[in-house]
Amino acid sequence: MSERITRALVRDVDLEDLGTLALITLDNQEGPRRPNTLGPGGLAQLRHALEGITERARAGEIVAAAVTGKAFHFAAGADLHGAASITTEADARAVAETGHEVFSLLADLPVPSFAYVGGAALGGGLELALHATYRTVAAPVRNIGLPETFLGLIPGWGGTYLLPHLVGIENALTVIIDNPLRNNRQLNAEQAVQMGIADVVLDSADFLAQSLRWSASVLRGLQVARPEPADKQTWQHAIDAARAKVERRLDGAVRAPYRALDLLALAAQGDRDASYEAENDALAELILSPQFAAGVYAFDLTTRRAKNPAGAPDADLARPVRSVGIAGAGLMASQLALLFARRMRVPVIMRDLDDERARRGLQFVHAEVDKLAESGRIDADEANRLRSSVTVTTDLSDLAGRDLVIEAVFEELDVKKRVFAELEQVIGPQTVLATNTSALSVTAMAADLAHPERVVGLHFFNPVAQMPLVEVVRAERTDDVTYATAFAVAKECRKTAIAVADAPGFVVNRLLVRLLGEVLGSLEDGTEVQVADAALRPLGLPMGPFQLLQLVGPAVAEHVLDTLREELGPRYPTSPGLRRVVEEGARFVEFDGRPSAASPVNLQIGSYFGSRAERAGAQNEEELLQRVRDALAEEVDLMLAEEVVGAKEDIDLGMIMGAGWPFHLGGITPYLDRTARPARASS
Amino acid sequence: MALHGRDVVLVDAARSPFGRARPDGIYAHTRADDLAVAVVRDLLRRNPGLPVDRIGEVAFAATTQSGDQGLTLGRTVGLLAGLPQEVPGYAVDRMCAGAMTAVTQVAASIKIGTIDAALAGGVEHMGRHPLGAEADPNPRFMTERIVDSDALVMGATAENLHDRYPELTKERADAYGVASQAKYAAALEAGHIGPELVPIGVPDPERGWGLATADEPPRPGTTVAGVADLPTPFRAGGRVTAATSSPLTDGATAALLVAADVASELGLAARMRLVSYAFTGVAPELMGIGPVPATRRALELAGLGIEDIGLIEINEAFAVQVLAFLDAFGIADDDPRVNPYGGAIAVGHPLAASGVRLMAQLARAFEHNPGVRYGITTMCVGLGQGGTVIWENLHHTEEQSR
Repeated sequence: MSERITRALVRDVDLEDLGTLALITLDNQEGPRRPNTLGPGGLAQLRHALEGITERARAGEIVAAAVTGKAFHFAAGADLHGAASITTEADARAVAETGHEVFSLLADLPVPSFAYVGGAALGGGLELALHATYRTVAAPVRNIGLPETFLGLIPGWGGTYLLPHLVGIENALTVIIDNPLRNNRQLNAEQAVQMGIADVVLDSADFLAQSLRWSASVLRGLQVARPEPADKQTWQHAIDAARAKVERRLDGAVRAPYRALDLLALAAQGDRDASYEAENDALAELILSPQFAAGVYAFDLTTRRAKNPAGAPDADLARPVRSVGIAGAGLMASQLALLFARRMRVPVIMRDLDDERARRGLQFVHAEVDKLAESGRIDADEANRLRSSVTVTTDLSDLAGRDLVIEAVFEELDVKKRVFAELEQVIGPQTVLATNTSALSVTAMAADLAHPERVVGLHFFNPVAQMPLVEVVRAERTDDVTYATAFAVAKECRKTAIAVADAPGFVVNRLLVRLLGEVLGSLEDGTEVQVADAALRPLGLPMGPFQLLQLVGPAVAEHVLDTLREELGPRYPTSPGLRRVVEEGARFVEFDGRPSAASPVNLQIGSYFGSRAERAGAQNEEELLQRVRDALAEEVDLMLAEEVVGAKEDIDLGMIMGAGWPFHLGGITPYLDRTARPARASS
Repeated sequence: MALHGRDVVLVDAARSPFGRARPDGIYAHTRADDLAVAVVRDLLRRNPGLPVDRIGEVAFAATTQSGDQGLTLGRTVGLLAGLPQEVPGYAVDRMCAGAMTAVTQVAASIKIGTIDAALAGGVEHMGRHPLGAEADPNPRFMTERIVDSDALVMGATAENLHDRYPELTKERADAYGVASQAKYAAALEAGHIGPELVPIGVPDPERGWGLATADEPPRPGTTVAGVADLPTPFRAGGRVTAATSSPLTDGATAALLVAADVASELGLAARMRLVSYAFTGVAPELMGIGPVPATRRALELAGLGIEDIGLIEINEAFAVQVLAFLDAFGIADDDPRVNPYGGAIAVGHPLAASGVRLMAQLARAFEHNPGVRYGITTMCVGLGQGGTVIWENLHHTEEQSR
């Protein structure tokens, strides 16, 4: 991908009677949609501009300089794709060095300099602003941050040195370490000013004119408060505490945050040149690291591929969905009802067999609406709208006239087939019939219908409101209009959709259940519970296997395992131990209410397993991890061979959005390419 | 004959620097509504004594009300400027007298006591919205000769004025146009133009952000000899040239009008009091004569004569139309009471915005001429109207009275 060069346009501005301010505008000529980025070409332009300004400042022709972005954007940082395509350490180091050289021209101007942050300032964009003497920020700006460690890099254009000296080490740690690890959290204008990153918030309506006016008042002597620098001891304590926290979270799995911590520690010495040199070293290493490649890969998947799902038919084919019916009023049905009402803004009716079930479903929706309203996430009007949008019935014929009817009844093929057959008696031929099944065959479900072409799978994950993925399942006879409509529904629900074939477990459950099966199998072979619990930590999944088993429920897990075994074979094992756990109502983890990632593992659970041998096949952590990687690699290869998805990227996207596969490992398929044993897909 | 109701005063008026309506003009890449918003915000900033929730109305004018000048400007400008959403607003159109009408309308509301204070202004981005470009005149105008075909071409109506009044020669018009440029240049030099200008941040994809701080249309150094042979685009062998016409202009203006008692209550410095106003219709093909009957009517309403008027801010759509007004009232072409800081021929005429530009300059001139008690702002209006507002100088002191 060639660089879209961000130009550095220089224009003189008269600062009232004070003299001339040279104003640099960064503009990649792409309008408001695509942010400015800084690649080699853009940096060369900026260098040229700053060199000219430096000369003029020395000659006394200007009294100040400022840099700003085009409307709605400051700069979103380095040109990621350019950096990701670098292959030699010399080139990687050059990226770091060039940024330092160019930005230092701004910092070293003999006149005061300003950055007017009128839009997103991320990564290298923020680092550029940090090189100015002062910063203004527009009130609506919400994207200020240094997300580098999120992508496997460090802020290597001065960020690790300048930020702690400007805002203190604690704040710098928040911006450079904590926020990227918290799902890439960013700062808004108000927060940036509170922290000291920017000096003043100004309204956006006349942001540039007011920034210039503020600059004039600074030149006239307005005092700008800056925090006292921390003493070295405080600084070191903060670094130590942050390091301990990172250790707990990441377990050494990713390098970037540790490198950033080292650099932040070094910054305490107050030697800019030494710090910049260390940033050069770190970037030279990290730009070539697999973790950066993984980060960029995952970032692209979740930003680009997620917006345009591969395998979806032309979106124009989709039928408008102005009303939704749901067969069932259980927990899944109720969650779907709320989602459709909230995101698609259409009337939703749930149908269940008796008044009591219907009433409970509605009660759930109302309670969830109350919670949303109490938390302030929706206002009172929206709460009223949602309450009146969702209705319930026991009469199947009330689902007539709905544009989309989705079933969320008991996960049993015969039950679902019967529901579809009944529905077909009351709905029109154009109504899209969807199933929320997680493992059953959609094709089989549609087989005996008069119109199987309007049946599609829409597999939402539990909890529906939080989980961002939908697997959109194309059955054998699903037509393009139906399939396009299903994608449109997913999009309106603001979910990431992946196109999947009608194969058992689709993508995410097939892989997660395979993983759980291997863990259970390993327990049966004699592996200790503690070992099994710890073994998968390097995968960085949001919860361990036992928490996941408990969250799904041992009985459901067993049922799914059985179903997948029938369809896919003994790779999905029987587990006598699991049978016993289910029979006796034992728990894999200890919890009150709902199991979570933090629920401690029930070590006694080991006694339920181990039927196959007297712990003869016990594995250590490394062995079990390798076993799981190999199994997943095998399963991925089979899925690709079976064309469950169009491309491996969809498996990667599905696992990131549906299973919380960590960004820093990139997609699961490149990870397995790196870590699984090469001999695979033979079984 | 006095008007009824509360006294209404103009507290302040501000405007954007005016730009040339051209692809390389300072506002070529600036939205019209952004211009208006910037002016309103600065006007409020200059008058911190006014609690924004006391603003009862935002009336904003544009001649072409579509695109970035559409969507009920007064309302959108209020919202975009960050006024409380409780402050209502509306859009006004009386072609060139839009802002003037916005002022008189809100003044009338203040006068009868329905509101205490209001913002009134206008915007015209003629670069984006050339006059009449989107118009669809009813064919009956022509088939039934309701108006002459010239009525829709302002320059042609100016040529018609030369026909009607042969004593309004091209030489007089040229001299008037050159004098307008000279008076503007002198006023700029003396610092009489700057204070009401609002600096505007202007985007430009080719040059980067800039700051508009000065009027772009004026052509200082214009001489009678230099303009004598300019082309006459509205008629072969005609008399109206670029030097005797206002240039196509982008700009925005806004004024703060307040009930006199409320201004005292809030400690806002009132600059001039609205005495009376009038709008009248004239033959559309002679629209330039409009200020004459409008001024007569306004004077009558105020119980004043032209001899009571010490300062005249008349919009210079065309030199000939100003001369027609001066002749009608027996005022010399170079009378110092008329447009002392130059007029639209020099500074430009962003159609619906110009009315408040006249008021801003009159208020400034009042300040510098405390001996003057009354002044007028007046303008001609396309399709045959005139509008005049008579103002009393609140800096007036009897000792220096003329």
